[in-house]
Amino acid sequence: MAPKTPLSRREFVKDAGGLLIGFSLVDQATLPRLLAAAPADEALQVPAPGRLDGWLRIEQDETIRVFTGKAEIGMGVQTALSQIVAEELDAPFEHISFVMGDTATTPDQGGVGGSTSVAQGGKPLRNAAATARLVLMQLASQRLGAPIDALQVKGGIVSLKSDASKSVSYGQLAGSADLHEELKMSGNGFGLNVEGAGKPKPPSEYTVVGQSIPRVDMRPKVLGQFTYIGDVRVPEMLHGRVVRPAGVGATFQSVDESAAKQIPGFVKTVVKGNFVGVVATSEWAAVRAAQAVKVSWSAPKGAFPEQQDLYKHLRTATPKISKDGIVRGDAAAAMAGAAKKLQASYDWPFQSHATMGPGCVVADAHADGITTIWSGGQKPHSLQKGIAELLHVPLERVRIVWVEDAGSYGRPGYDDAAGDAVLLSLAVGKPVRVQWMRADMTGWGAKGNPVSFDLAGGLSAEGNVSAFEFTSRALSGTEISPLPATAGNLLASQLTGIANATPGDEFAQFGEESAEYQFPNVHAAAHVIAAFDPVASPLRTSHLRDPNGPATAFAVESFMDEMASSVGADPIEFRMKHLSDPRAKAVLTAAAEKAGWDRRPSPKTNANGGEVVTGRGVGLGARNGTYVATIAEVEVNRKTGAVRVKRFVCAHDCGIVVNPDGLRGTIAANLMHSMSRAMKEEVKFDRSQVTSVDWVSYPVARASDVPDQVDIVLINHPELPPGGAGEPSSRPTAGAIANAIFDATGARVRQAPLTPARIKAALTSKA
Amino acid sequence: MSRASLKVNGQVHAIDVDPETPLLYVLRDDLGQHNPRFGCGLGQCGACTVLVDNRPVRSCLLPVSRAAGKEIVTLEGLGTGDRPHPVQTAFIDEQVFQCGYCLNGWVLTTKALLEKNPNPSDAETRKAFESLVCRCGSHVRIFSAVRRASDAMKRSA
Repeated sequence: MAPKTPLSRREFVKDAGGLLIGFSLVDQATLPRLLAAAPADEALQVPAPGRLDGWLRIEQDETIRVFTGKAEIGMGVQTALSQIVAEELDAPFEHISFVMGDTATTPDQGGVGGSTSVAQGGKPLRNAAATARLVLMQLASQRLGAPIDALQVKGGIVSLKSDASKSVSYGQLAGSADLHEELKMSGNGFGLNVEGAGKPKPPSEYTVVGQSIPRVDMRPKVLGQFTYIGDVRVPEMLHGRVVRPAGVGATFQSVDESAAKQIPGFVKTVVKGNFVGVVATSEWAAVRAAQAVKVSWSAPKGAFPEQQDLYKHLRTATPKISKDGIVRGDAAAAMAGAAKKLQASYDWPFQSHATMGPGCVVADAHADGITTIWSGGQKPHSLQKGIAELLHVPLERVRIVWVEDAGSYGRPGYDDAAGDAVLLSLAVGKPVRVQWMRADMTGWGAKGNPVSFDLAGGLSAEGNVSAFEFTSRALSGTEISPLPATAGNLLASQLTGIANATPGDEFAQFGEESAEYQFPNVHAAAHVIAAFDPVASPLRTSHLRDPNGPATAFAVESFMDEMASSVGADPIEFRMKHLSDPRAKAVLTAAAEKAGWDRRPSPKTNANGGEVVTGRGVGLGARNGTYVATIAEVEVNRKTGAVRVKRFVCAHDCGIVVNPDGLRGTIAANLMHSMSRAMKEEVKFDRSQVTSVDWVSYPVARASDVPDQVDIVLINHPELPPGGAGEPSSRPTAGAIANAIFDATGARVRQAPLTPARIKAALTSKA
Repeated sequence: MSRASLKVNGQVHAIDVDPETPLLYVLRDDLGQHNPRFGCGLGQCGACTVLVDNRPVRSCLLPVSRAAGKEIVTLEGLGTGDRPHPVQTAFIDEQVFQCGYCLNGWVLTTKALLEKNPNPSDAETRKAFESLVCRCGSHVRIFSAVRRASDAMKRSA
C-alpha cells in the first residue's frame, strides 16, 4: 500500500522499497545510501514531475510542502513562488514550505537562469497548486457531504458556504489526499510545465499575489539563524583547498610537501594532472597547507594578449563565427544618402562575478560512484549530469543537495568547486569540504565576456535616423556553458585533461541585448572571436548577470544619445520617435515624469563652468517581456574626473508584479550592482594570468558610491504574465551614466568602466 | 596547540588550537557558529565581522590568541528570535538584503556606530561602512535601516 502520509527520512529509508514502486531510475540499494548521506528533516520523495505529488504534498500539520528545481539566489524567489502557491490553494502563506534544487526530490526545471524563476518556473507550480485545490475540494465534498459549489475555502479550511462551522482543513484531508493525480507534462528545463484538471484563478481574483509579503528568509538571515552552504558539516568531513597553476597552460612538474607535512592536521596533497589540492583535518590546517606546498609548474603559455591590446584583438582577429541580426531595408544605401553621418566605437571589459562568498562545496564521493554533493550552484540538475560523467557512473548514483550560497549572478565557479571537492573526496575516501579562497573566485572563477562595438548612424535632414549599422565583436559569453552538464565544463576536469565538450557561441546583438529601435534601414552583425585558450583558462567566460546586455545596451544607448545630440534633440524625445512598442515608451515616460526630466538637448550648458558640474542621462532596456528605463543624475569633478551618481530613477515593467516590495529591493540592488560594473569593474590580466584577485585589485562600488536617492516606479500589468526581473534592470545603467557624464561635461566616454582616468582623458581630448 | 578560553555571546568555551588560527575558523569550525562568514580572508570585505569588546573586528585576520579574555559577540549573539536587537529589527523591517551573505559586517558595524554616535550624518555612516562589501548592492536599504535603527534606539534610550 502506498503511504498516505509523508515519511520521515528514517521511515523512508526503512520503507524505501514501498515508495520506490514505479521509480525505475534508482536501484534500491543505491537510494537509501544517497538519502542517508544527506539527512533532512523534511519528508523525502522521489521526483515524478508527471504526478501531482512530484510538486507538492499536504501534511497533517497543515504544512504544504512544495518541490521545485528552482533555487534561491538572493532575490526573494522562494517568497514569490510561495505567494503563487498560496494564492491558488487559498492556503495561508505561512503554511508553504519549499524544498529547492535537490536532485533526489525535486523536478528538473533547468535551475536558475535567464530571470525565468517566476516567469517560467512559477507556471507548473501554479498549475499544480490549482489542481491540488480541486482534489482537496473533491475530498472535502465527500467529507462534508455537500457539492463543491456549496463549499468555500479560506486560509486552508474548506467549509460550507451556508454554515462555516461545518469545515475540514487541508491538513485533516491530508491522510486521504495522496495527490497521485497524473499531470500533462510539456516542455523541459526552464520551460517544463504541467497541467492538471484544476484551472488557475484569473489575476483579478488575486489576494496574495501582488502583495508585499516580507521575504521568508530575511528574518532568519538577519538573526544569524540561516544555514548557508558554508555551514554544512557532515560526519568524518575533512577540509580541502586548491592550488591553481602558475598561469594558463602551466603544467604540473613536482610538489615539495615537506613544509606542509609539518602542519598538524595535514592529510594529503592530491595531484591529478594539473589539478592540485590539499586535504587536512581542520580548515585552518588546509589553508596553511595550501600555502606551504611548493608546486613547480612549467612556464605558462602567454596565451593572452596584453591588456591594452584586448579590443584591438577583438577588432582584428578573424571571427570564429558570425551572424546577422536585424537586417531591414538597405542600410548602406541609406547611409550613403544621409544628411548627417556618425560613427562611434565602444568597449566593454572582462568582468568577474566576484561573489561575496567565494564558493563552497561538500562532496562525499565513494569508489563505487555513489556521490552526494552539497552545492549552492544555480543548476543542480545539470551539475548532477556533469559529475556523473566525470565519475563515469549512471546519473542516479549522484545526488546534488542544493543549499543556498552567496548571490551568484550566473555561473561564477560554484560548480567548479564541486569538481574540486569530488576529486579530493575520492582521493581521501572521506567527505571533503572545499572552501574557495578569494583569489580562487575572483582570479579563477569564470568571467563575463568582453565586447567591442562599432556603430554607425545616418540621419535625415529632419533629424531622424535613416540608417543604422551595428557590429559587435566579442568573446562568446559561453565558452563555458552555464549548464555544468558535462564533465569537461568543470575547471578541475580541464586541469586533469578532460576537454570542454560544450563551448557555446553567444552573440551580442542589437535588438536582443538592447532595446529595439525601429530604424527604417538596419544592418546588425555580430561576431564571436575564439577563446584565448580553451583549456583551464582563468579568462574563460560564462554567464554573468544579463549576458551581453549591459555591454550592448551601453553601446546602443550611448550612440542614441550621440545621434540625438548631433541633431540638437532631447534624448528622450529622440528615443520616442524611434520606438513603436508602447511598453518601451511607457517606461521612458514614467521615468521622465518621476525624475522631473529637464527636456533639452545634451550637453547641458554649464553657465558658470565650475569645477563640479551636474548632468542627467537616460538608458533604455528591454529583455524577454520586461522593459526598463533608467535615469541617472550625476556630479562630475572636471579636475579629477571623479563621478558620483546622485540619483537613479528606474521605471520597470515586468508584466504582473508578484511582490512589489521584493521587486523594489531587487531592482534597487541591481542598480547598484550594474553601477558598480559600469564605473569600477574590469578584470586585469597579464599574458598568462588574471591579476584581479581580491577586492583591492578588483574594486567594486562601496558605501561612498551609493546614490543619495533611488526612485523606482513599478508599472504593474496584472493582465500580462510575469516577464522576469532578476536581470533586466542591469541593462540600461551604464548607458544612462555615460550619457549623464556627457550631459554634464560634453565629454563622451566610450570605454567601460567609466573610471576617473577615462573621464579625465575624455575631458582633455574635448578641450 | 595551546589551551585558552574564549567568551562568545556570554558563554565561555575552552579551546585547544594553534594560537595563530584566525578567530573566524575557531568560531565556525571549533565552536560550531554559523556566523561570522568567510568572504575574503584578507580583511577587505567584512563578511567575517564580529564584535570584540564592542568594536567591529575582522575575525578572518585576528589570531585567536588576541581574542582570548575578551567579550566576543557574533550576529547570533546580538539578539534572540523573541528579542532581536533594534538594529536587527530595523534591518528586517526594511527588508534590506538580497543574499545576505555579507550582513554580519553591516549589522554589527551599525550597532557599534549607533552606540558611539546615535545620530550619524550621511558622511559619517558612509565612512563607517567604507570597509564593507555588499556584492548584491543592498546599500540603499542598508542606509534606510541605519536611519530606522537610529530612530528606534533614540526612542528607547
